[in-house]
Amino acid sequence: MELLVASAVGILTAAGIYLILRRRSFPVILGLSLITYAVNVFLFASGRLMTAAPPILNKYEEVAYTDPLPQALVLTAIVISFGMTAVVVMIALGAFLSSRDDRTALPAEPEGAGEDA
Amino acid sequence: MSLFLIAALPFLGAVFPALLIRAGRNAAASAAGLTTFLAFTGLMLHIPAIFRGETVFAAVDWLPALGLNAHFFLDGLGFLFAAMILGIGLLIILYARFYLSREDPMGQFYSYLLLFQGAMVGIVLSDNILLLLVFWELTSLSSFLLIGYWKHLPEGRQGARMALAVTGSGGLAMIAGMLLLGHIAGSYDLSVILQNKEAIQSSHLYLPALILILIGAFTKSAQFPFHFWLPHAMAAPTPVSAYLHSATMVKAGLFLMARLWPVLAGTPEWFYIVATTGLVTMLLGAVIALFKDDLKALLAFSTVSHLGLITMLLGFGTKFAAVAAVFHIINHATFKAALFMTAGIVDHEAGTRDIKRLGGLRHLMPVTFTIGTVAALSMGGIPPLNGFLSKEMMLEEASHTLWNGSHLIVPALVTAAAVFSAAYSFRFIAHVFLGPKREDYPGHPHDPNTGMWIGPAFLVLLVVLIGLASAKIAGPMVATAASAVIGGEKLPYYSLKLWHGLTPALYMSIAAVIGGAVLLALHKPLARVWDAAPRPEAKVIFEGLIGAFTRLSQAVTGGLHNGALTRYSAVMVAFTVVIAYLAYRGGTLGAPTRALQQPGLLPVTGWFALVVATLFIVVKHRNRLLSLVLIGVVGLVVSMAFNYLSAPDLALTQISVEVVTIILMLLALNFMPKETPAETPVLTRMRDGAIAVVAGLGAGGLIYALLMRDFAFPTISDFHLANSYKGGGGTNVVNVILVDFRGYDTFGEIIVLGIAAMVIFALTEAVLGSRVRAYLLNREPDLPRAGDSHPLMMVVATRVMMPLALMVAAYIFFRGHNLPGGGFIAGLVAAIAIIMQYMASGFAWATERQRYPYHAIIGSGVLIAASTGMGAWFNGMPFLTSAFGYIHWPPLEEFEWATAALFDLGVFLAVVGAVLLALESLSRFAWQPGISSEHAMDINPAREDAAKTGTEG
Repeated sequence: MELLVASAVGILTAAGIYLILRRRSFPVILGLSLITYAVNVFLFASGRLMTAAPPILNKYEEVAYTDPLPQALVLTAIVISFGMTAVVVMIALGAFLSSRDDRTALPAEPEGAGEDA
Repeated sequence: MSLFLIAALPFLGAVFPALLIRAGRNAAASAAGLTTFLAFTGLMLHIPAIFRGETVFAAVDWLPALGLNAHFFLDGLGFLFAAMILGIGLLIILYARFYLSREDPMGQFYSYLLLFQGAMVGIVLSDNILLLLVFWELTSLSSFLLIGYWKHLPEGRQGARMALAVTGSGGLAMIAGMLLLGHIAGSYDLSVILQNKEAIQSSHLYLPALILILIGAFTKSAQFPFHFWLPHAMAAPTPVSAYLHSATMVKAGLFLMARLWPVLAGTPEWFYIVATTGLVTMLLGAVIALFKDDLKALLAFSTVSHLGLITMLLGFGTKFAAVAAVFHIINHATFKAALFMTAGIVDHEAGTRDIKRLGGLRHLMPVTFTIGTVAALSMGGIPPLNGFLSKEMMLEEASHTLWNGSHLIVPALVTAAAVFSAAYSFRFIAHVFLGPKREDYPGHPHDPNTGMWIGPAFLVLLVVLIGLASAKIAGPMVATAASAVIGGEKLPYYSLKLWHGLTPALYMSIAAVIGGAVLLALHKPLARVWDAAPRPEAKVIFEGLIGAFTRLSQAVTGGLHNGALTRYSAVMVAFTVVIAYLAYRGGTLGAPTRALQQPGLLPVTGWFALVVATLFIVVKHRNRLLSLVLIGVVGLVVSMAFNYLSAPDLALTQISVEVVTIILMLLALNFMPKETPAETPVLTRMRDGAIAVVAGLGAGGLIYALLMRDFAFPTISDFHLANSYKGGGGTNVVNVILVDFRGYDTFGEIIVLGIAAMVIFALTEAVLGSRVRAYLLNREPDLPRAGDSHPLMMVVATRVMMPLALMVAAYIFFRGHNLPGGGFIAGLVAAIAIIMQYMASGFAWATERQRYPYHAIIGSGVLIAASTGMGAWFNGMPFLTSAFGYIHWPPLEEFEWATAALFDLGVFLAVVGAVLLALESLSRFAWQPGISSEHAMDINPAREDAAKTGTEG
């Protein structure tokens, strides 16, 4: 199980970083989303992995619980990352609509090169 | 008056001139004068205590953990300086009122001046050296504003920049030195540091601390080789020069050396660094001053020379020299301020301060002539003026100072400097006031009005009085201040009088006067030689140095920050990997303490789906729509994984966020190209791939290492588990953490979320307000539209779903405290319920039916959360302490109430508002005029506009 989670985090990170190194804004957003997954799972996993032990207190018997703290942190992180993604999407969209170019580099190339198909 | 008030008054007063300038120049000047006068009076109230030899304290702890405290103290030395700063400040304020012209923004001037004055007073009253450093930096900043006051003059701007660069970087060195000093002494309070002479001088950090502190003092006091900024600061208006370079700014370095004299002085290191620097500066300044034709430049270099003289005296390290230094500080302040003001008057009235164009002014400006002559004679060391007295003491001390075993070096060089000093003083008188009257002055020289000459006249009066009756007038002050400098020990024998008999000092004085007269007579040929001789130009060197630094930083910044996002990201990732690798190499990794858990079929299947989807995204990312679908797959697997790994709350959150995120991206993609062109060369792709793989291996390896080991330290999670029900009244520990234990974090997070939504809204407004709007209105969709924009089945289904979805949201919300759910998830579900209406029935239809603006919903959410938190105050508890209890109404089961639920309601509202505001903003890009807003469902074919609405929108 640990191997699966760790390798998934690694693969998501690698894919995300590869995509944010692309030159257009949309792949960068995709890459950011993948990195977000990776980071959230990473944080969550730092509480160690347990199955069938949700941190819902059982009033009637003593049972084991998984670590609740990383869960609380990741829960807000998920919501905040939605806000972040939305802002980045908005910036990318605004930039594309204003310049008709979705390149992420500053020095604009000659007109027309960035027109979409 | 409390020392706090004395130090604070100039800062408080700095507001008034800027405001009162609308009421006229006199109002602004009076406000500045009154403030200074109040502070001065407050200071004078301490006279009895100070002259009894007491020290006045005022202390408030500010950041005691850092050793930074607002501790002030006033002793003889601080009193002398504060009196000079405020007293001469008062005269300068009066003088500047008449000096500045109608075009100069006078309110600004006085505000800057008071800021500077406050910073200076702060330095001399500080007990805490960290506080002193704060004021020290403030003087650098405020003097920058003053020197560059005439913003239209390039010299002014350059001079201000140079002064800031030199004194500011010296200040940085001094911060390091002071920290070392505080570290050695174990306290940052001067009153403690000054008691620790042995500990400090025997420490191996003594020399570094000494050098660093001296760099700060030397740059501020314009000591060689940092002296070059001072003449360039002369581009400032003359009142500024008179203030900064007679009594204040440049004296700050001397003050610091005098202040730390008891603990730093007396070692060979101190003697050779400080005395030698002072000696060189004194000689160099005096020689250059003689050959300057600009009156203010002459005075500037003479200031450099006199600062060198005082530095040298402090450097000698003997008590007698310290007394002489204190005495010369007083005398220099009086005659030099008067001389600067005289130079300003000449410039103001004659229209030039070029000595070559002046001469013969004694008939035209008799008052100015008298003032200037007396002050200049004092500067040249002519009896019976005060400059003579302290110079005699200096010569006396220098005449028996050994330098590296030589009896001759110091007396000879000092006498040479005195010769030049006498020469430039005589030149100031002879070439400006004496000689024949000329016909070609640029202005019409005449004596200025009283307001302008009264200040220098007062100072010159002091020059004469101190000279004639020094023991009576200056004696007590010198004694008090000097005993503070030497650390409260017994003062050495000295007498402040004109005639000491036929001492070596007298012969040196006589030689200086005669030599000075001879030099003046030979000035013309000497000046020609001087001009022909090559010598380094400080400004050119300085600017070359600054230019080199600028190019270096531009090269580095340009290399890392070239405007391409890919470059920053690559640099950042690569750098992080390197740092992480170094950290890994530097630490030790213990053996695994946990066993691998065997995964079942389900996790393996999920992992497989995730990996395949991720790899497909990488390969197929050019097809944007497809990658969005695949991202959805990844999100789904991640939420299932959360659920499988005992995190039901996370699973619920992830899956609902997934929905809104995908909708958001689809909305954006609608306006963007649907394909990413292949444009990166293969080599770049391989490089990026390599970076990505290394970083991925790092992240995966790190979490794997973490997963295979137990916690190194006990975590606080057990506390949360144990207290969730007892203290927070809920069994869903995650929710209790969110709304109770870590409620403050959650509160911050909903605010961040709200801000993000507002940013999106604002960006939308900005983009739609630009020419983009026209483009959007005329835009042809690049994909074929669906035949039916609002399919009947979907509209009906979503409307039926709406109350159901809202009920689910309510259910999730209420059970959240005890079972998976809560405000975040409920908010997302409710938002999705409403988004469905937008999607099915159209933007216009949904907007029309929306009663409350989303901004208000976000705002009310934050307010509800905040007021719930503040409710705890009324029970005398800290912010966000929750209360809960249980209610039992007979037919129902016992249920729980908690104020945390109210807080969760705030979270719910903020999330609903933020998600909807973000999506609504993006949808507005699609708005086109002419879409029917009334009839989202074209169910009545008889309706007239049915055909139209059916095809549009």
